[in-house]
Amino acid sequence: MAKNFFDKIRPTFSEGGKLSWLHSSFDAFETFFFVPNRVTKKGGVHVKDCVDLKRILIIVVLSLVPALLFGIWNLGEQHSIVFGLGWGFWEKVWYGFVKIIPLYLVSYIVGLGIEFASAQMKGHEVSEGYLVSGFIIPLIVPVDVPWWMLTLAVAFAVIIGKEVFGGTGMNIWNPALLARAFLFFSYPSKMSGDSVWVGGLSKALEGGTPWKGGEVVDALSGATPLSHASLDGLSQAGTSVLDLFVGNIPGAVGETSVIAILIGAFILLCTGVASWKIMCSSVLGALFVGWLGTSFGVTDIPCWEQLLMGGFAFGTVFMATDPVTSAQTECGKWIYGFLIGALCITVRLFNPGYPEGMMLAILLMNTFAPLIDHYVVSANINRRLKRAKTV
Amino acid sequence: MSDQIRLKKGLDLPIAGAALCEVTKRVAPGLVAVKPTDFRGMVPRLLVKEGDAVKAGTPLFADKKCTDMVFCSPVSGTVDAIVRGDKRKLLAVRIAADGKNESVSFDVPKAASLDKEAMTALLLRCGLWPCLKQRPYGTVADPQAEPKAIFISGFNTAPLGADYAFTLQNDFDALQAGVDALGKLTKGGVHLSLDARKFAGDELHKLTGVIFHSFEGPHPAGNVGVQINHISPINKGEVVWTVDLPLVAVIGRLFLKGVYDTHRTIAVAGPAAVNPSYAEVPAGVAMADLAGFFGNDGEIRVISGDVLTGETVGPDGFLGFFHNQVTVLKEGRYYEMFGWANPIRSKKFSVSRTYPAFLRCHKKYDMDTNENGGERPFLMNDVYGKVLPMDIYPLQLFKACLAGDLEKMENLGIYEIIEEDVALCEYVCPSKIAIQQIVRDGIDLMIKEM
Repeated sequence: MAKNFFDKIRPTFSEGGKLSWLHSSFDAFETFFFVPNRVTKKGGVHVKDCVDLKRILIIVVLSLVPALLFGIWNLGEQHSIVFGLGWGFWEKVWYGFVKIIPLYLVSYIVGLGIEFASAQMKGHEVSEGYLVSGFIIPLIVPVDVPWWMLTLAVAFAVIIGKEVFGGTGMNIWNPALLARAFLFFSYPSKMSGDSVWVGGLSKALEGGTPWKGGEVVDALSGATPLSHASLDGLSQAGTSVLDLFVGNIPGAVGETSVIAILIGAFILLCTGVASWKIMCSSVLGALFVGWLGTSFGVTDIPCWEQLLMGGFAFGTVFMATDPVTSAQTECGKWIYGFLIGALCITVRLFNPGYPEGMMLAILLMNTFAPLIDHYVVSANINRRLKRAKTV
Repeated sequence: MSDQIRLKKGLDLPIAGAALCEVTKRVAPGLVAVKPTDFRGMVPRLLVKEGDAVKAGTPLFADKKCTDMVFCSPVSGTVDAIVRGDKRKLLAVRIAADGKNESVSFDVPKAASLDKEAMTALLLRCGLWPCLKQRPYGTVADPQAEPKAIFISGFNTAPLGADYAFTLQNDFDALQAGVDALGKLTKGGVHLSLDARKFAGDELHKLTGVIFHSFEGPHPAGNVGVQINHISPINKGEVVWTVDLPLVAVIGRLFLKGVYDTHRTIAVAGPAAVNPSYAEVPAGVAMADLAGFFGNDGEIRVISGDVLTGETVGPDGFLGFFHNQVTVLKEGRYYEMFGWANPIRSKKFSVSRTYPAFLRCHKKYDMDTNENGGERPFLMNDVYGKVLPMDIYPLQLFKACLAGDLEKMENLGIYEIIEEDVALCEYVCPSKIAIQQIVRDGIDLMIKEM
């Protein structure tokens, strides 16, 4: 039935049709519903592997789902704790759902809108890259971020971060992180502090909306553990290692639950979509600097606990491994990942102003990934030149 | 014997329709064609006109740059048509065979008594020089060049490829005479690579005057380019020559019988082939003579060569000079609803683990020509290196080719590859990028500019 519908309207969008200028959009929808009937071209291979970018990106989205589902529940959970509401499971889920849906709407409408418009302008096929970025953005921004700010951030990330470089596959920085960085540096008051990570709390504090009981003190000290990045801080906040691991703590929607992220990592590694080298080396880098930190008395948090805190796990699994912005060479991936982990913890240890180092570490290494690749590839070139000389 | 080289990277395509080791058809020469387009870097000058009588071994056209280099008719008969394309480009010379099987008889001295110049002149005169390909670039060998060595791949790993042990089983003497002749052309020796899995039992192992190597691994382990990369990689300024094993036998037949004899045993295979098996055919055979293998079940694609590197010739086309197989595929002009979201998709193969195909390790697939997706920019960066067993950074090289950056192409190893070596990269590419075309354009640019 859907096939007939597309067949019927195809002439309208084909060359010479009334809406031929909308061809890219038509194509995007058609290929979403149907793997197209195109056959291999002359002068190339005649059969092709059945994997395509849609498949790869849908796997990434799938791997993000556990983090999203947990995040939805956790939004309700944190709100319920802070405001002393004593909600049941479904009430929490409903609250989280209602909170997160507008963020997704904004992220996808704005982001995909720009992607479609830009593909339309260039006459290209619409690339699926934004499906993943758009899925990640709501998971890493404060849940109470005003819609207009998110709109600006998404537009900035897609236009300046991606389209000016030529679109999907050409960008230097991870678009999702760029959106978060935009918010972080443009509206610092909305992005940091203790209150932004619990749904409804900042509004309550500002506007004096009444809440039950005098829990605000508890609420504040129960906020994101990274504001108290020391063992004392953690225990004061009442956050145990188990809490960090399970994720029932305040924080960005997708980042809190290490368990949910590990499920995602499992999917990505089993399917071979994300690079195990980057994940592995990033963990090694973090452990190394975390260990240095404890050895020299900079911090009293054991290095392995660093892995559970803040956005480290989410960043390592889902954003450092972005194939476009990471290092492209296998050897380069080890260096790239290691430096991300190391830098993340370094920022955490030495700069109280930016307790969350992961975003900055990844963006910085995105910037340097081409340099790393350059040296790795140069080594290959030198090997070839040397071979020529010795023969 | 040399050390065994084990390659891990690569992929043996699990495609259905392998040819049974049995010759089920012997094609008597009917219409055949010689296609100048099979020979890279050669500009043809026609030597015959329509209606001329020719014998097997009569020159049809010569290279404009090296007029001694002639390309001969594989059968006796008359010139049926001279096929031209855009801008009068010569596409093919078609010969209608007369069934008399007459050959020009060449006066061939013993190979041992010839030096390099004499051997070169003989092969040029007898029309067998074009059997030699030159690396870099895969062009017809330049008779003036001093090759570092000559490389021959003794086995075929291409999907559904002809099994040389079967097709050349009666040609041992010709192979020996062929390698003896080739040995005269270079000081670096004739290198023959064999399949490690049947190294000792291989008939080829009894050849003398060659340097053996053994390779083990999936396709493209049988590609001569990959073998060269591991035996003695091509550096800037160096030239090596390669010869396909069946053409070594063709050269050998000249010395044994004094004639230009290019008939060959080819595999006719593929998921859409009826009774896939072997056929004995003259070079440049018309696909029409093989129509019995094609069936009439929907739209099919007839390919001269294998599914990775072959050329679509259609049921009216002709076999390419270097090809030893014909592959028949179904055209994949169909839509597949939410195919990309289907968790199983049991009828399609994927080397990526995003589909469970990797669990069904022994299944063969009825592959067709569907692209399985739309063309996108390069996104995944680790898929190409997994199927290219060479010390080369494929993605960076492809991008250098796209950018037309000659220096980078040179530094990243353009001298060491030709299209067939990167064909698997194109097969696995999730962005459906025409990588062989990119490399072909890159090589053409190198030839033009250097």
